Parts: sequence; structure tokens; C-alpha cells
Amino acid sequence: MHATPGYKLIYKWLEAKSFRPFLFQEETWTHISQRKSGLVNAPTGCGKTYSVFLGTLIRYINLHPDDYGTRKNAGLQLLWVTPLRALAKDIGRAMEEVLTELQLPWKVGIRNGDTSIAERARQKKQMPEILIITPESLHLLLAQKGYPALFQSLAVIAVDEWHELLGSKRGVQVELAISRLVHLQENPTQRPMVWGISATIGNLEEAGEVLLSPLQQPCITVTAALQKKIQVESIYPDEIEKYPWAGHLGIKLAHKLIPIIQASGTTLIFINTRGMSETWYQTLLDICPDLAGVIALHHGSIDPELRNWIEDNLHTGKLKAVVCTASLDLGVDFRPVETVIQVGSPKGVARFLQRAGRSGHQPDAVSRIYFLPTHSLELTEAAALKSAIDENLIESRIPFTGCYDVLLQYLNTLAISEGFTHPSLYHEIRTTYCYRDLTEEEWGQLLHFATQGGKAMQQYDDFKKVELEDGVYRIKSRKLAMRHRMHIGTIVSDAMLKVKFISGGYIGVIEEYFISRLSPGDVFTLAGRNLEFVMIKDMTVLVRKSSSKKSIIPSWNGGRMPLSANLGKKLRAALNRYRQGTSTETEELKALHPLFELQAALSHVPAENELLIEQIETKDGFHLFVYPFEGRLVHEAMAAILAWRISRIQPITFSFAMNDYGFELLSDQPIPVDDTNVYDLFTTDGLLLDIQRSVNNTEMARRKFRDVAVIGGLIFQGMPGEKKKARHLQSSASLLFNVFSEYDSDNLLLRQAYQEVLDQQMEEARLRDMLQRIQESTIVLTFPVQLTPFCFPIKVDSMREDLSSEKLEDRIKKMQQQLK
Amino acid sequence: MKNPIPHILREQTLWLSPERCILWEEENTLIVADLHLGKSGHFRKEGIGIPQSIYKADLQRLMAQLYLYKADRLIIAGDFTHSTANKELDLFLKWRKDFSLLQIDLVKGNHDILGDQWYETAGIQVHEWKLAAGPFLFLHDKKAEKDLTAEELSMYRFTGHLHPAITLKGKGKQTLRFPCFYFTRDCAVLPAFSRFTGGFKVEPVKGEQVFALVEDGIMQLS
Repeated sequence: MHATPGYKLIYKWLEAKSFRPFLFQEETWTHISQRKSGLVNAPTGCGKTYSVFLGTLIRYINLHPDDYGTRKNAGLQLLWVTPLRALAKDIGRAMEEVLTELQLPWKVGIRNGDTSIAERARQKKQMPEILIITPESLHLLLAQKGYPALFQSLAVIAVDEWHELLGSKRGVQVELAISRLVHLQENPTQRPMVWGISATIGNLEEAGEVLLSPLQQPCITVTAALQKKIQVESIYPDEIEKYPWAGHLGIKLAHKLIPIIQASGTTLIFINTRGMSETWYQTLLDICPDLAGVIALHHGSIDPELRNWIEDNLHTGKLKAVVCTASLDLGVDFRPVETVIQVGSPKGVARFLQRAGRSGHQPDAVSRIYFLPTHSLELTEAAALKSAIDENLIESRIPFTGCYDVLLQYLNTLAISEGFTHPSLYHEIRTTYCYRDLTEEEWGQLLHFATQGGKAMQQYDDFKKVELEDGVYRIKSRKLAMRHRMHIGTIVSDAMLKVKFISGGYIGVIEEYFISRLSPGDVFTLAGRNLEFVMIKDMTVLVRKSSSKKSIIPSWNGGRMPLSANLGKKLRAALNRYRQGTSTETEELKALHPLFELQAALSHVPAENELLIEQIETKDGFHLFVYPFEGRLVHEAMAAILAWRISRIQPITFSFAMNDYGFELLSDQPIPVDDTNVYDLFTTDGLLLDIQRSVNNTEMARRKFRDVAVIGGLIFQGMPGEKKKARHLQSSASLLFNVFSEYDSDNLLLRQAYQEVLDQQMEEARLRDMLQRIQESTIVLTFPVQLTPFCFPIKVDSMREDLSSEKLEDRIKKMQQQLK
Repeated sequence: MKNPIPHILREQTLWLSPERCILWEEENTLIVADLHLGKSGHFRKEGIGIPQSIYKADLQRLMAQLYLYKADRLIIAGDFTHSTANKELDLFLKWRKDFSLLQIDLVKGNHDILGDQWYETAGIQVHEWKLAAGPFLFLHDKKAEKDLTAEELSMYRFTGHLHPAITLKGKGKQTLRFPCFYFTRDCAVLPAFSRFTGGFKVEPVKGEQVFALVEDGIMQLS
């Protein structure tokens, strides 16, 4: 490769800038020039873009050594799929710079929800050589008549940040799109290459296999041997709160951030939820008014223009601090960022490393990340994170399989553009990893649902969607086609309303659910401003500025990440160090001694081979707290199984609550668990049957069904200009769940909801392992006379749901006082 | 619990049925609201595959109640059909022939948007927004009360529209939710007859009566 004109040109260009290609970049270039596909494993900020991008250029120059500088309108060469539309602009700009300097007459186009209609039309007429696109917009392209022509010349499909997409339904969308693009070319030697770019995850090999599955080729993995050094520092409260509760402590420590912010260039402050990020932004400004103008707030509900402004100012180093959510997890590097602060548990090692990696970009610079606990017990998580990082224990992203909802949406997508045929599409879909085990029977049911709408009374039915004509499946109704286009995507969120000043000026978006509980005159906070709610008009919330000191912070739904299994294991080990008396070696654990001692005095601190169960009676009822330290999702599954097993001893009703450390069963009557039966309740015998039964008895499937129903096209979300007619098509996911359960329990979307619970939350193998672990350990059953430090956060979390935040605060204070 | 519960109002005997309807004994009249006939068909026409068996089941329940009580008259407090005409409604028309002697009165609700011709074919007497019968007055939406005369306001009203549901809270954070009949001092809100409907939470005060529809039975709660 080194002798090729393309390589020479790129090398010379880099040399002129006194750069040298990294080994992993050269390796990727070689593979691309040999038409191979694979996965580049590299962290953000080390030239991962250049690996695939320059590789594509080199190959193109080598194919056209004489006229590469003059050939125009070469057609689409590189399709760059990125999970975040905010990233497109920066990547596009970086690519354009290179193209200009190399004097290559290529164009870079961006295609996402923000792309103008005129620009789209231009692209359709003449595709740019490089198109940067989100998975949703890629499916929208597949929904266009004549799409195959757009991809005729495509050489490389690059999927950036593949680790973010894998293990989500958006990842499945990418798999489907790749299978389509690859099979547009019948001749295998004409097919585009597929390259993934991924940060380190636990199952890199599988990640590559999933992405390349439609090519039916082995995956080459190129790894960048660049290890960043990471230093984790915890921020300690002056006094350890013995009754910790989430969210409270963090703000009290806010003043400790000011010196950190002042001492470094730019600081990113990561907050786990949008609601809390609003609070933090306000608090930091209150404590240190000097920050006004140099501190900004960045989250997913803020006006994109404002976000762009923030990102631009991050690049230029004009901002001293940015309070952000996962919205700044990905993307190009902001070189001025020197320090990162993580507020609250990051829930996983991979996420923590990714955030830490946003600081310290100079070669050999140490990435420094501060950890600020939102309740004192979270300090154990800092200790767990440190040891997980030392051991390079990074989570896997488990790929989804068998998602009927995404497939159904995809069938409709193809049906509104070029149509599809049976069985050729069936075989094509089976080349993807997600649907490789799709049976002919399941396929038949999907087709039946798309064309006949499931169970019906033939003569009294006018179901209409996909129709078979001359062997081709199509949607012929323009109205249905248009409606489907509006619904393409797999990110399901509550209905969002735009928020605007009554005098004009866009501020951001907010969940309809939140606004529906406000009355005109109420003041709420968005994008760091206090706004008075005036009215809702045309799906827009009109507000005016408010000088009121009191305001309600919106609680955005979703986004509570469960603790990963890796971190859970490390957490159990951290507690074990307290028991062994070696905890003083770790600063965080040492600080927590007072809390541990109280826990030990009231109840027990479990060693690694122990499971702690506490039974406590309060005026709310009878509580059973169990602490497996396995993460919220697993705890919900375990709570369901345990409740089911106890309910067989006697008729009893439970409500559940859980956090990442343990779970609570609450009942209005004493819970019959004692030394004589506790091991039986955690047996592996009859597990499969108990899983099935407890899934049917809980709300988990109902919750999953919400997303499935939206993606599968059962929930109509309305579209502009059709509001009135749409009203007759409205129904809630919960109602549909009831209707299907009662009248068509075999419906495949309903089945999928249950399957998702079984696959993602109640996976038998994982539960069996955990029960096995519990069987082999000692179960310690205690009967504390009052709430313990361990159970307090769970108790508080379960109260959160039906109380307003202010009342909650009062109630908690009262509870804390009673316990002292 | 599975049997209808008698409820005396203005010296009339009303039998509240777990099948979400009322038999007015003195008049041998069945009272219902919010049938939303053709709702599944409307969804299906727009490409959303709701199982039609829910429609069939609703219709069969209605038929069974009419047979059971041998009712002479059916009063519908609005939202008889869900949207524009579709084939599902043809099934109703066929079925209507088997009950040709039954008098059907419909007080129009916001969903009743079919043309006059259709109601005529279906043998349904349409009342634009209210219907008086004995000591009772039937409306669809309680909000229409503001346009009533003083005399009409002295009558006991029956309304639909809300699809009322009641939430019960117990110790240990337990909650349960059921569709219900909701009787205030001078107005009743009927449960939606169709099972393809959601619910709106009502919060009764002292002196009001609520009958919850629990599985296949009915229970008085207050």
C-alpha cells in the first residue's frame, strides 16, 4: 500500500502538518485498499475518524490516479452513520477541511431531521460523495422511491460510535439498513465495505460480528494501542450522612466544585438527569455569580441552536464550565476541556471511562475525573469503579435479537418506497444478526399482520395497510405512507411540546405530561431560566420570563440507568473490605466508616459471601429489604420472583421498590420469611416456571409494550395538520396491552413485550447464576427496630413517585430526625 | 357480586349490571353510554391492527343484556359509534334486524358524527343533545348542563363521556383501579360500555355513591 499514489498523497499531506499516521490508521487503510471490512477499536479523540475516512480517500485516489482531482459528481462513496445528529456538523466540517487541502472535489452532505427540504431535493438529484446520516434518516432514505439508484456507487459504509448503537433498537435499524444496502448489489465484489468504529466494550468481537453479519464475511478488528491514564478523585462531604438519600447530598457539596472549576481550563460537569442538571446549573450560579456568562447548560431538551453555540464555545475555550447530561457523552473532542466532574453514580465502567476520556487530550496527558456522590453510600461505588478500572473490567453491550417491532416498521418502510417481495426479503433479513433465527412461521405472521392486521372478521373488515400486487408488497395509500414516514424511528419518548416566549424566541422542548400538571401562572425552569406558564397553543407552550424565586423543576421521564453487573460485583467486594478490616486502604471506604458502623449496629454489613435481608415494620406496613447488589433491572426481576414465591405460602399483596443495591417488598401484613424457609425462597428449583408466572403477574411486560407498540406502529402519535382526525385514533399503550391480552394474546407485538422482559431482565441463565451464588452464601436475616442506612435510599426512592419534591424533602427530614 | 345491584333514584328502580349498563325497571329500558361501536374498525381502516374480537364481544354483551331483560327500549347517553362509517357498523345493522321491535334513542355525543341517513337506516331516534324520560334527563357530556333550564335542572341527569374509573389506595402503597358507576347528588356518570376505552379518575366526596366494576362483578364502594 505504501507505494500507492493515494497513500503517498495522504502521507505527504500529513507530513506537511508534521503529523504521522498512527499504526492503527495505516492498518485500516491497508484493509480498505484490499476491500476488506471490519471494526476499528479506538477511543474518542485519537484520530479514529481518519482511519476509515482517509482509507476511503486513498482507495478512491488509487482507483482514479490520473483524474481524482478533476472528477466531479462521483456519486456517493462514503456513507457515515452516526448516532447523534449533533455530531454530524463537526465531523462534516473536519472532513471538508481535509478535502479542500487535498484539492479533492468531493462534497460532504448531512442528512438528518434538521436537513432542509431544498437540501434533500438537491441530494436526491446529485448525491454528495460523503453523506453523514443518523440511523433514522437512513431508514427515511430507504422509504423514498428510487432509493437504490442513490447507493449505486457506494464504496464504504462507516458506522461511528457503534458501541452506542449496539444493544439498542437503533442498532437493529442499522443492521437492517446494511443488509439492504449490501444486497442492492447482486455481485458480491461490487458490494460496499462495512466498517464500524467503536470504543472498548466487553464484547468487541461480537460487536464486529453483528455489524458485518449481512456481508457474511469474517470481521477484521483493528485496535488502537493508545491507553489513557485515568485518575479518579472523590469529593467528600465534611460529615458522612448516615441516612443517605439520592439527590440530596450532591447539591450540598456544590461549593466544593468552585475551586476545581476555577483551577482548570474548561470543566465538564456530568449530571445523570436533565432535571438535576437544571438544578445544578442554578446552584452553581447562585454560589458563584462570577460564573455568569462563562457557564452553560447543555441537555437534550434545549434549543439545538443554543447547543450549537455551546459546542462552538467549548471548542474555542470560551466557556469555563458546562453542566451537561449524556448529551455530551459522544462526539468530537473539545480540546480545552481539562477536567471532568461526574455527579452521582455513572452506573457503569464503560460510561465512566468515556466521560473521563473527555478531558486531557495532549498525548500522555492524564484524564482526571472527579466523582461527587449524590448520597454518601455512592462513595462505595467510587471505590468499586477504581478497582474495575484497574482491572479493565468493561461492560458488554448485548445485541438485540428477534425484535418484531423494528422489523414490522422496516417492512412498512420498504412497502412505501420500492415494495418488497417474498421470499427474497426473508432471506435477506436472515443475513442480519438480529433476525438470523427468524423462522418462516414468524415471518408468515409478520406478513399476515402487515397485510391483514391480525385477527379479523373477513366480511366486516376494511383493514388496509400493506397490499400484495403482482408479487410485490406495497403500501399504496399516500396518507398511510406519509403517516408511516412520520413514525420511522425507534426512540420512544413522551409527546414533547415546544416551549416559546410569548414574544417569540424558542427555548427548548418539554414533556406534555409535565405541562399538563401546571396551571397558568406556575413558574418552571428550563434551560436555566425561570419561566411563567401562560398557555398552550398549537402544540406550543407559551411562556414569559419570570423573576420568581420559586420554580418547579421538570422531571423528565426515563434515563435512569441501571448499575452494570460488573460494577455490582465490585461493590460487593468493596463492602467485603470493610468486613475484612482492609477498607482503610481505600479513602472512600474509610470515609464511610461511620455509616458502616451504624449499619452494623442496627443490622449487618454483608461480606462477599453473604446476602443480607432486613425485615422492618413501619407505619407504612411490613418491609422486606434484600441486598443482592446486582443493579436495578435484576432487582426488579428478583423482587417479582420472590414475591411470587412468598405469595404461594399465603395470600398476600406486595408493592415493589428497588435501587441498584437492593430491593424492597412492602405489604400490609407480616411477610412470612424466616430462617426455616429463606433458602427455599432463593432456590433454583422450578425457576423457569416461576419466571414465567411472575412475568405474567407484574407490570414489566406492560411497560415494555409501550415502546414496542409505538415502534410497531400501533400507537398513532399524530402529525401536523391532521390533529382533528387523529383524535379518533388515539389510544394508550396500556389500553392496547389490555385489549391484546384479552382478545388476541398470540399477537406478535404482545409476545415481544414478554420476550423482551425475559431476554433483558429475567434472563434465566443470569438469574440462575445469581440464585446459585445466594445458595452458596450465607443468608443473614435481621430484624432492625428502625430503618438502616442501607434501606433508607430505597425507601426514599419509593416515596418519590407520588409526592411533590418539596413535601418529600420535609418528610425525609422528619424521617431523618426520628432516626437520629 | 356477579348479580346486578338495585339502586333507587327518584322512586325508580335501577339495576346496575356488571356488564356496564343499567336496567330501568319501571320503563323496561336499558341505559348505556359510550359504546364506541366501530372503533376497532376505524383503527384497522387506518392500518392499525386491533383485533376485531373486541368489537364482536362488545356487541354480544349488548345483545345478551337486551335478551336477558327483554328490554323494550335502549337509551344511549352518547358516543354510540366511534367515528365515520366502516364495515364493522354493517354488522350492527344486520344485528339490528333481529331486534326490530326495540326502540333505540341516542343522545348525540362528540363521537356521533354519522349522517342522518345512517341513523334512519339503523332505526335510531336521534336527540341532538338531551332527552327527557320520566324524572330523568339524558345528556352526553356533563358540561352541557350549563345550557339546561331550571326545570330540567330539577331532573336527575344521566351522562357518559368521562369513562369514569375509581382508584383505591391501601396500606403498603397498594392501589387498585376499576371502571365505575358514579352517582352524585343530581347527576350520574355511566361507565363506558365498550371495553376498548380508557378511564378517567373520579374522586367522589361524601354522600356520593360509587359502584366499581370488579372483574365480572359489581361492588358498591361508597
